[in-house]
Amino acid sequence: MTNLKIYNFMGLRKVAAVVSAVLLIASVASLSTKGLVLGLDFSGGTQIEVGYEQPADVGAIRQQLEGAGFDGPVVIQYGSETDVLIRLQGKPELGLSEKVYDVLEDGSEAVELRRVDFVGPQIGEELREDGGLGMLTALAVVMLYVAIRFQLKFAIGAVLALAHDVLITLGFFSVVGLEFDLTVLAAILAVVGYSLNDTIVVSDRIRENFRKIRKATPIEVINESLSQTLWRTINTSTTTMLVLLALYFIGGELIHNFAVALMVGVGIGTYSSIYVAATVMLALKVDREDLLEPVEGELVDDLP
Amino acid sequence: MPNKFPLWKNIAILLVVTFGFVFAAPNLYPPDPAIQLSGQSGAMQIDAAVLQKVEQSLDEAGIAHFAGESDGEALLIRLQDMELQLRAKEVIQATMGGDYIVALNLAPTTPDWLRNLGGVPMKLGLDLSGGVHFLLEVDLASALATRLESDLEDVKTALREERVRYRSFELSNDQIVGQFRDVEEVARAKTLIRTNLRDLQPQSQPGQNPLTLVLKLSEIASREIEDNAIKQNLTSLRNRVNELGVSEPMVSRQGKNRIVVELPGVQDTAEAKRIIGKTANLEFRLEASGRVGEVFDFRNPKGQGPDARLESKAVITGENVTDARASFDENGRPQVNITLDAKGGWQMGYATRDNIGRRLGVLFIEFKTRLEKSIDENGELVLTPVPFVEENIISLATVQAQLGKQFRITGLEQRESSELALLLRAGALAAPMYIVEERTIGPSLGADNIALGVKSVAVGMTLVLLFMLVVYRGFGVFANIALAMNLVLLVAFMSLLGATLTLPGIAGIVLTVGMAVDANVLIFSRIREELAAGASIQGSISAGYDRAFVSILDANITTLIVALILFLIGSGPVQGFAVTLSIGILTSMFTSIVMTRGLVNLVVGGRKIKTLWI
Repeated sequence: MTNLKIYNFMGLRKVAAVVSAVLLIASVASLSTKGLVLGLDFSGGTQIEVGYEQPADVGAIRQQLEGAGFDGPVVIQYGSETDVLIRLQGKPELGLSEKVYDVLEDGSEAVELRRVDFVGPQIGEELREDGGLGMLTALAVVMLYVAIRFQLKFAIGAVLALAHDVLITLGFFSVVGLEFDLTVLAAILAVVGYSLNDTIVVSDRIRENFRKIRKATPIEVINESLSQTLWRTINTSTTTMLVLLALYFIGGELIHNFAVALMVGVGIGTYSSIYVAATVMLALKVDREDLLEPVEGELVDDLP
Repeated sequence: MPNKFPLWKNIAILLVVTFGFVFAAPNLYPPDPAIQLSGQSGAMQIDAAVLQKVEQSLDEAGIAHFAGESDGEALLIRLQDMELQLRAKEVIQATMGGDYIVALNLAPTTPDWLRNLGGVPMKLGLDLSGGVHFLLEVDLASALATRLESDLEDVKTALREERVRYRSFELSNDQIVGQFRDVEEVARAKTLIRTNLRDLQPQSQPGQNPLTLVLKLSEIASREIEDNAIKQNLTSLRNRVNELGVSEPMVSRQGKNRIVVELPGVQDTAEAKRIIGKTANLEFRLEASGRVGEVFDFRNPKGQGPDARLESKAVITGENVTDARASFDENGRPQVNITLDAKGGWQMGYATRDNIGRRLGVLFIEFKTRLEKSIDENGELVLTPVPFVEENIISLATVQAQLGKQFRITGLEQRESSELALLLRAGALAAPMYIVEERTIGPSLGADNIALGVKSVAVGMTLVLLFMLVVYRGFGVFANIALAMNLVLLVAFMSLLGATLTLPGIAGIVLTVGMAVDANVLIFSRIREELAAGASIQGSISAGYDRAFVSILDANITTLIVALILFLIGSGPVQGFAVTLSIGILTSMFTSIVMTRGLVNLVVGGRKIKTLWI
């Protein structure tokens, strides 16, 4: 009926399954052995960001702090040569940041206190729990919605695709060793939203085509649906990626990791909406029967 | 299919657009740096005379100012330059003295007609405005323990008065345990406590020694004590924050036992922390005679010996203080003049009437935390905050006469006396609090964050606009107008709802920009498909919008669900992200579906066109 080129996406579903499996296993392995580098939000502790007028000498600052009696301070450059992030071990106490600042101020260069974060250990623990709980709640609620609006097989496909995206994005953070903080958690939940968006659009088309096309195998229906939505998938991913690139390069150090998490997630999410959700649906033997709308008055017609 | 909107629909769209521009407009006017002056008590008149005095002092210091105004309760003076704010505050505070609160402020420059319509600029989060955020945890267990301690004394007194004989009564964890010699006395005590001390519930467990009476605070009493403790701490914190002279501070309860304090624009964080974190209380206790009571050290031992023994029950506590002022006595020594409430005055009078000649001690109680290192089961070093209490006697003086509602405390350093006065005036804390989270953002970092945010929105938006123009040509223009309008509406709603803009919030806006075009992409792809399938031009447009609608709705509802969950579990900045994301989804549904349709209908609807520029 249309002259649209139909790609045989599902022909590659076994290859895709292997790719997904490898990525998932690598992610889970890294998460369980290496774990995530937890940011201050989750680990608790004290960190201080200071700005110098000249490019800062990280080694000298460390010596300066150790000389003043601070126990093993971690001093790293933050975003630019003049910005330094100092992380303190040991007792986070009232007025610690002022003490650090006083020590640095005694040095030869002008220094400006830009940011202080102190997070008590119990807060970090609660945030970890709340974050995990939030993620699971989000998945459960979404599954329920899709199950009601579509059908259980679609819901399972969508939720597995989401879990796939979240795990691989987390895995990426673990493998690369990027810091995982609250903004990254927000990004991952945004990935859930985005990936879901994609999956829903594709599922919607699959549902429509199942109802419309009578004589076709489920694989053919899914291939046609994916081909029809392909350009939309690519265009939307492109616009999202464009703004994420803007955030990554311009947004500043504080939302750097936020942008990274979203870029990885959007990339994976685009792939998973084509392969994971549809493959799972096929594995669950989705077909026309699952989606027929109950027609009102049908029983009446059957009466003699 | 004519593809024409009825007139009312076009008018409705126009109204929404106008609404968007009007309520987004206040954000275009940057506020003036300003100084606000108000009195310590509401009764003070801040009139034109005060304004003149303040303006004169600024003139003398060479600080440029304009548009000073006073409304009887407070006055506001605008300054030319942000840099001058701190100096101006110092100058004014020095001129006016300690009876006035001088605060840094930002004065809106929104034109009157906008303000009359209710237009306000967006609130900026701490990460954009700079400032301090504290999360304090209230130690409720300690509030319960304090109550139990005073209940113990009440129980003993009540039993003595009714001549019920007991062997001993003492505290053990969260209960009061009494030992008796015979069962009848236990029963009498129980009845007495049931009728007179309803907060306490006699416990009866199987196998309990019949000569033992265990008392616990009742469920209702505990909850009431906890609730009151939080409420009183909130009030005290608000008073203290007001004393700090911060404009638009936020003090609110979070969860069961936490309090959030946000002080935008605070420069001197050390001072803020000292005053807020200071969890001190005062207790007035009579000196104990004999072996009863507790021994405390003196804060400044000056010929009074290292310690003294005080009774374990307080006559009054800081809660009964209604006013406290630091001043100097006849000999120029610092003192604090204290005024008590009626109940406190009565209790003080009652306690001192029969005890003239005895000594009355003032106990200064400070709650502090220290972190203790320990090794957990995984062999990792963990730090646990261990609260501890420091109790010192600041003065121990002989009661010369019966004391009433007003009296004074001497024997303090000058700084101590003014701090004590402040703490007493601002209200004591019913329960100690510990800072569990602190975030300070320097003002320059805040300004940097705004600049970066605005820049990334601009660049991201430009990229998307160009992309849409290249891919969808004529229809790309419609989508772009809708996208720009979406941004305007988003800002308008956030301003109107009083939502706070944070850095992750800006990221949310950028993300919304990227995702908002999705709906248009969906619609336009659908129109192209219909055209390719050979449908008529007007038919394709209509079918494209209709068929894409269901997908858009489903996709956006699920994203809204996620944003909602994000809002529920997140704290400050993350909630900001969730808010912008949710509002962005709603406004984008309107702009990308209704608005673009209106535009399309206006331009191509109902006309005979050969090709569609899509």
